[in-house]
Amino acid sequence: MQLDEEIEDKFELNISITNPEKVGDGMNAYMAYKVSTQTTLPMFRSKTFTVRRRFSDFLGLYEKLSDKHTLNGYIVPPPPEKSIMGMTKVKVGKEDNSSAEFVERRRAALERYLQRVVFHPSLLQDPDVRECVCVCALSGAGFLKMINRATDSLSKMTIKMNESDVWFEEKLQEVEAEDQQLRKLHIMVDSLVGHRKELSVNTGGFAKSVAMLGSSEDNTALSRALSQLAEVEDKMEQLHQEQAASDSFCFAELLADYIRLLGSVRASFDQRMKTWQRWQDAQNMLQKKRETEAKLLWANKPDKLQQAKDDITEWEAKVTQYERDFDRVSATVRKEVLRFEKEKARDFKKQIIKYLESLLQSQQQLIKYWEAFLPEAKAIA
Amino acid sequence: NTGNEWGTEEPLKEEVTGLAVNVDLQTDATLQVDISDALSERDKVKFTVHTKSTLPNFKQNEFSVVRQHEEFIWLHDSFVENEEYAGYIIPPAPPRPDFDASREKLQKLGEGEGSMTKEEFTKMKQELEAEYLAIFKKTVAMHEVFLCRVAAHPVLRKDMNFHVFLEYNQDLSVRGKNKREKMEDFFKNVVKSADGVLVAGVKDVDDFFEHEKTFLLEYHNRVKDASSKSDRMIRSHKSAADDINRIASTLYTLGTQDSTDVCKFFLKVSELFEKTRKIEARVAADEDLKLADLLKYYLRESQAAKDLLYRRGRALVDYENANKALDKARAKNKDVLQAETSQQVCCQKFEKISESAKQELIDFKTRRVAAFRKNLVELAELELKHAKGNLQLLQSCVGVLKGDT
Repeated sequence: MQLDEEIEDKFELNISITNPEKVGDGMNAYMAYKVSTQTTLPMFRSKTFTVRRRFSDFLGLYEKLSDKHTLNGYIVPPPPEKSIMGMTKVKVGKEDNSSAEFVERRRAALERYLQRVVFHPSLLQDPDVRECVCVCALSGAGFLKMINRATDSLSKMTIKMNESDVWFEEKLQEVEAEDQQLRKLHIMVDSLVGHRKELSVNTGGFAKSVAMLGSSEDNTALSRALSQLAEVEDKMEQLHQEQAASDSFCFAELLADYIRLLGSVRASFDQRMKTWQRWQDAQNMLQKKRETEAKLLWANKPDKLQQAKDDITEWEAKVTQYERDFDRVSATVRKEVLRFEKEKARDFKKQIIKYLESLLQSQQQLIKYWEAFLPEAKAIA
Repeated sequence: NTGNEWGTEEPLKEEVTGLAVNVDLQTDATLQVDISDALSERDKVKFTVHTKSTLPNFKQNEFSVVRQHEEFIWLHDSFVENEEYAGYIIPPAPPRPDFDASREKLQKLGEGEGSMTKEEFTKMKQELEAEYLAIFKKTVAMHEVFLCRVAAHPVLRKDMNFHVFLEYNQDLSVRGKNKREKMEDFFKNVVKSADGVLVAGVKDVDDFFEHEKTFLLEYHNRVKDASSKSDRMIRSHKSAADDINRIASTLYTLGTQDSTDVCKFFLKVSELFEKTRKIEARVAADEDLKLADLLKYYLRESQAAKDLLYRRGRALVDYENANKALDKARAKNKDVLQAETSQQVCCQKFEKISESAKQELIDFKTRRVAAFRKNLVELAELELKHAKGNLQLLQSCVGVLKGDT
């Protein structure tokens, strides 16, 4: 506990992703983002620097990190999802609300992704991470592979492990239960976003109709009050729109991030199972080699015996190595999971409090609007 | 004991006293009418109409009868068909009690019972019951308003049918219109609206009525638009509140998976959302009562006012035709006396309608302004109350959550 807090205090590496810009035209176009770093860490040559990166660069980074570190049990943060639909709209040049929203959502998600990566003490040491933030562009597009590899391996996982440490079994169950609930929650929050957007549009429609009603009302005081009501409802339209954005950006995106992250967590568990399997396979192989040796002794074939003895030595070494690997990976996974849980707790608290504060501000605005309207209503005579 | 949709033995009853009245009415001691009780049974609603009166026409000073929706319609239609009342705005009939949407939702809930947890099911069932109750209260209010309007009207309150409606403690045997009658009604309405267009086109000599005609035509259309838009807005609001309810449940499930800090956090947030969504639902319900219902009511009343103008317009056309017939008769010197009598009848009818119509339309305006004032003030006060409640909940929760970390 203590150590992490210290690391947090000493952590002077701020990354932000800004200024999405469209580069090129038509179907070959892409969005380039500005990655700005501000740091006092000695591993970097300067204190502030910026580079331009595109989405495929971030995917490339993830693939490299995943290749190197997942097999050691590390939880490698996943990048945001690819979206053919979203990007096509941007490429084709559809300048509307939904494509602007898409770009903003992606920008924020990339920022959070990179922040998580650099916040991971081991990943930060990886030269590819440094390269992503401060050297010329990585070659991106060519290396694009289709699906998130971590989740790929998941579907093929049929290893049945004799779990000696019940901690892992319980943890995995927790992770799976949590994943289920988060997905459910995400669907509901998405539904809320949709309904709030709808509410915003309908409030706007209502505001206009009240304005019309007010203008045909022949009692002057009532007419004025109705047009004031129309103004209040107009402001509410705006408020609901902002609230929907907050629902989406603060809440829904947080959930989406963690659904993806849980995928990485499961990948690290899978990786542990793979190393266990490799150890088991080695043990079986050793057993076979010993049986071979015994057979040769019995059949009295001294020339092949030396080979058999060499094989045994080889596989004994492998068994020892793989057992050590398994222990090491298990320890890493355990440490990673604990770290992940701490980060998740902090993230959720921070984000949800931010979300609640936005709800709070909405209510304060609401109160202002209705307080201004009340005297107008009372003035009707 | 008749059961209801809820499968319970208890029929749904509701204590109804002085409910939402969208018209500002001066009730006086000589005749006070209200709906003191109501019962929702499987396919009908039974209203207990309670009367207090010092009028000599009634056998007692205080009495109650049970009436159903069809009997209200019968009473309304009898006013409309009565030539004597042609010069009055006939209080609009209350809409038919409509629980179809609510029943459908309940059925869907029953079908989906297997796919949700027991807590979720109970919660949703409670919500639907609350919704059912709200619709029930509304229909009672609308039937009551109709009766109060009649009771407050200086002429209609004396109507024989009205007294029978109030006092006769047996079934009025007003069966719902059969198919043929419904068809006849349909054609009557078609002719009326075609006529209406004709009559509306004739420019009135009287400035007051000319202005009223222009005003009412426009006002009615705009109220219609505002009414449907308010319904749509409130529906979205309810949907959003429902979503927050489900979010609260899921957060609760997440919170009960463990006893770590983050789980305690989820539980607190879940509790908060539970409370705020109740407030949101109340906001939607209050907007429904104070805004949507108000607009719906004035949609019906403005239609009734238009109908009055139409009747006056018809009488004017009849009067003008009688004038022309009289001129013709005088020219031919044939049936002059008959034509004179006919013309005089038409003239009297037209003048009688015009005189009472003028007063009715002025009263309509007064009532309308008062009703809007009352409801808009109450709406604003309720919105403030709820927003402040919400704000306090959010502030205290955020305070607690920030303090914990």
